[in-house]
Amino acid sequence: MPVSSSPQGVPQWQRRTTRAQWLQYIAWLAGISLFLLCWKVISDNTMWVFVEDAGRQGSDLISRMMPPRWEYASQLWKPMWDTLNIATLGTALGIMMAFPVAFLAARNTTPHPLVRSLALMIIVSSRSINSLIWAMLLVTILGPGVLAGIIAIALRSIGFVGKLLYEAIEEIHPTPVEAISATGASRLQVMNYGVLPQVMPAFAGISVYRWDINIRESTVLGLVGAGGIGLQLNASINSLAWNQVSVIFVLIFATVLVSEWVSARVRHAII
Amino acid sequence: MSTANSSARQQSARQGQWRRLPLIESSRLRWALVLGGVVYLLLALASVEVNWARVAEGSGRALNFLGAFLQPDFMSRQNDILAGLMESLTMTLTSTVIGVLLAIPVGLGAAKNIAPLPVYAVCRAIIAVSRTFQEIIIAILFVVMFGFGPFAGMLTLAFATIGFMAKLLAEDIEDLDWKQVEAVRATGASWWQTMNHAVQPQVMPRLIGLSMYRLDINFRESSVIGIVGAGGIGATLNTSLSRYEYGTSAAILLIIIAIVLMSEYASSHVRRWTQ
Repeated sequence: MPVSSSPQGVPQWQRRTTRAQWLQYIAWLAGISLFLLCWKVISDNTMWVFVEDAGRQGSDLISRMMPPRWEYASQLWKPMWDTLNIATLGTALGIMMAFPVAFLAARNTTPHPLVRSLALMIIVSSRSINSLIWAMLLVTILGPGVLAGIIAIALRSIGFVGKLLYEAIEEIHPTPVEAISATGASRLQVMNYGVLPQVMPAFAGISVYRWDINIRESTVLGLVGAGGIGLQLNASINSLAWNQVSVIFVLIFATVLVSEWVSARVRHAII
Repeated sequence: MSTANSSARQQSARQGQWRRLPLIESSRLRWALVLGGVVYLLLALASVEVNWARVAEGSGRALNFLGAFLQPDFMSRQNDILAGLMESLTMTLTSTVIGVLLAIPVGLGAAKNIAPLPVYAVCRAIIAVSRTFQEIIIAILFVVMFGFGPFAGMLTLAFATIGFMAKLLAEDIEDLDWKQVEAVRATGASWWQTMNHAVQPQVMPRLIGLSMYRLDINFRESSVIGIVGAGGIGATLNTSLSRYEYGTSAAILLIIIAIVLMSEYASSHVRRWTQ
């Protein structure tokens, strides 16, 4: 916090030096110009005629959605069960694959730095690609259906679980590990008795958290043909049956709220 | 863990019969969970229908796709890729800025310790709706309302950003250090001044960190909402996949991974600098 003196010799307090102040102005200017530039690109690619009647379209949409056709819910139990299966089996499969990857990626348990960078590579690629993209890919490979959804969710979960788990492994106390190694335990035994008990609660918490996210993601996988309630959503939207769409929305909303509650309860109990 | 139990464990450990502590203490709950898990697994696996003939047919394609990663094709659809990427990046930036700006008032309203109850309820409802529905569902609705193109995508991402940022911001405000707020209030500061001088400095570093994180998420999401017509690189990716042009798809995926890596690196720098 610099103090300069005015021409009369009275000290004046400023929050920043003149230089820092100018740098800050320039940074703001650059940021706002960048934002406006991006805005310009978007507005050039937009048909403003369609945006102008958005209010009318929106109210039209709501009037079509109301009242929801509640009878339709009876056809939704099977897809909902599929959705739950996609999320749960996908999470289980993803956890199984993420577990070794995390141990290979953690600095203190990895056998070799090269293996570590390979494991980190797997984690990053799995994390950067959205489960819908995985699903699109797998649908062209495996054909439409629940299986593609399960594998898509699993592939996406590897990165998330792997990243959080390897960070948990890197933060363990070294003392139990040293104590176990001092007894002459082998590498695997050290992992089993020194590392594993320390990361188990974190691992369980991360898994349940990911399951909760996966429930949310599996509701839309059907849009690209990977099974679950998204298939019904897609069919209803394509046939413009908006009163069925609203039923599906209510069901998704309820499921997600329940799964979030369950996951919060379980995590609370573990930690 | 009762003391009787632990001394019994020590006894048996001295006799060389040590067993590690189970994660779940009550054995009944443990077995019930295992049993429930097995029953669920059987039911779930029984209801998964797999068309093995189709899987076998597709496995050749899987190999093609993996092969495409070794020689990604950046050139033949270069213009489409560049246009999609440009749209994705601009959408990401504008939606994050707009979303964060809108999330700040919602986050303030959703913090129990500074907002009155009705405001709290409304803001929490906004957060719940925005967090429950996947970006792609919101994108479908916004495409119907605002027409195809990046504008609908930008609004979608901004809406999703509101829920994410407001929730984390509200949690942050709820456990801030109340003494500073009291100190500022004691000087006779108005509500606005209290926010500016007591709350804002405490949550600012986290707010910046979260915004950077959200920028990253928005880019990743912008690569999928194109599937339903909301602009961005997703449309290009979708087209290339359905044309079985795996070289182009692999190129797009590699670009996405590279950009996410770069932005993660940059955001970790920014976070270190703000804290």
